Amino acid sequence: MTFDSAPAIVAVTLVTLATLTIGTWGLRFSRTTSDFYVASRSVRPGLNASAIGGEYLSAASFLGVAGLVFTSGAEMLWYPIGWTAGYLVLLTLVAAPLRRSGAYTLPDFAEERLASRGVRRLCSLLVVTIGWLYLLPQLQGAGLTLELVAGAPRWVGPVLVGTVVLVSVFSGGMRSITFVQAFQYWLKLTALLVPVGVLVAVWGHDGAPRATDLSQTWSLPMGTDGSAGLYATYSLIAATFLGTMGLPHVGVRFYTNPDGRAARRTTLVVLALLGVFYLLPPILGLLGRVYAASPSSADTLVLELPRLMVPGWAGDALTGLVCAGAFAAFLSTSSGLAIAVSGVLSQDVVVPWLRRRGSRFGGVAAFRIASLVAVIVPVTGALLTPSVGVARGVALAFALAAATFCPLLLLGIWWRRLTAYGAATGLVTGLITTGTAVIVTISGWRTDTWADVALTQPALWAVPLSFAVMMAVSLATAAHVPAHTTRLLVRLHTPEPTIEPAVTPALQR
Amino acid sequence: MTEPQRVRVTGPPRRRPAVRRVDVDEDTRLGEVYLGSLMRAQLSIAVRTLAVLFLGVGSLPLLFWLAPGLVHTAPFGVPLPWLLLGVLVYPFLFLLGRWYLRGAERNEASYADLLRTDSSGSEDEAP
Repeated sequence: MTFDSAPAIVAVTLVTLATLTIGTWGLRFSRTTSDFYVASRSVRPGLNASAIGGEYLSAASFLGVAGLVFTSGAEMLWYPIGWTAGYLVLLTLVAAPLRRSGAYTLPDFAEERLASRGVRRLCSLLVVTIGWLYLLPQLQGAGLTLELVAGAPRWVGPVLVGTVVLVSVFSGGMRSITFVQAFQYWLKLTALLVPVGVLVAVWGHDGAPRATDLSQTWSLPMGTDGSAGLYATYSLIAATFLGTMGLPHVGVRFYTNPDGRAARRTTLVVLALLGVFYLLPPILGLLGRVYAASPSSADTLVLELPRLMVPGWAGDALTGLVCAGAFAAFLSTSSGLAIAVSGVLSQDVVVPWLRRRGSRFGGVAAFRIASLVAVIVPVTGALLTPSVGVARGVALAFALAAATFCPLLLLGIWWRRLTAYGAATGLVTGLITTGTAVIVTISGWRTDTWADVALTQPALWAVPLSFAVMMAVSLATAAHVPAHTTRLLVRLHTPEPTIEPAVTPALQR
Repeated sequence: MTEPQRVRVTGPPRRRPAVRRVDVDEDTRLGEVYLGSLMRAQLSIAVRTLAVLFLGVGSLPLLFWLAPGLVHTAPFGVPLPWLLLGVLVYPFLFLLGRWYLRGAERNEASYADLLRTDSSGSEDEAP
């Protein structure tokens, strides 16, 4: 298939320019360190929910879902369902208390709750690991997309995305990124809604043909291979439903809400925004089947379908639009992750390092140094490791988050007996179990036996195991329950008075 | 007594957020009782919401596994798995979230009422 690359290049250029322009405009509002980290905690639910949606809808949602539905059918609908339902679990168990904790990152929360520097460092390590694991498929997807639509070499995508992210993070921090990401949600929605509308109209005009091979297995909502397929489906449900709350870029966004009540309302709006968006990709997957598309890889179906179904300039225009959406997806998720990883790196690595060297650099400089590391490492990784498919790569990051931060957050918020020892052993357990799964999956070892399924989809057994270890060790070390536990839990669960004193975040000690 | 308007001043960041003006003295037994009741109420509505989620959505793979014939049913011309998993699940999630939100805010409102009636005489703010 030959591609005229003009619409794609125009689209990618426009999205890049818009991102940098809005980022610079947002800079006018970014003055303090607090602006950089948490937008000074003053973002209203409507804007914040758009920003969360914009940041959360990654390449896996924009390109991956349609491609997976196209190749594997209805069982893949569990990916978008899990990514949405994860926010419902977050809303019910985590949103308001996490915001009220007053901590800025997950490591902050762990340290505050458990009064342990060790657990804090472990959490920092996990945030960086999960963030980089999640960034990898985004950057690889960018390489794939630019190769297909613009004929660029594979390295151009990761490098371009990395550069734009760095520039916008460098210039504006969290405050300006909030505007950028809110814009990118609506861009992504438009970039799927318009093509879906046109393509469905074309399909109707063609007499609404049915796919010739809509076999029963393709409509089956779980894998075809009996009980193993059922296991894999439930494991995916466990990873996505419980992993969302532990993703670094999701957590950081909650601290930009003014208070706990706003955090809840924001989450509810996010549920609506995600629900509307996820109606669209499966339609493209179905249309791909009907028109017997043969994309060069599952992840590029969305990019190739418009030209397949609509000839001439209209097809070109639609292709440009989906390219713009895809590129917005790479940029927004990568920025969010880069900010989250940079925040942790700067607090726990760069600031102590600068201080040891007796440097007088402040928070903003440390944040910028950290963001350099946070972006360059995964870009290098994306160039060196093979792609595992964007949705599956992201699913691994979800499994890791579900087996580590989910138990820590749920027990930390709702269980008074959690100790630092329990938390640490639970986190290490989750890291080992799901880390093995990541290595096995990336190495490409496949046997299609039960052991293979259980190893590559570990969430269903790894998450309960982490919970069990965390609780058992906590009970065994009951003497070490932090003295301030009750006082802290009061704060997590107590509604704020309507007029809250201005709060500045915990950045310097 | 009128106090001057509170003015926001950006100074050096502090480690802890300012102390919230809630009239629970956290170290008293009474505070613990109040907190316990609020936590139980909030946990209860969260667990009920999640139970509905797992019954309504989590049961679907098992349902289709146990009754494969359901795959062939097609209300409104759309095969049942696609209708449920591709479309209806999203409004279901949103409505469930809204139901939870109302319950959780109601719990907090009645908690605030409890505090206000209990500690009359201290400075109070509407919830």
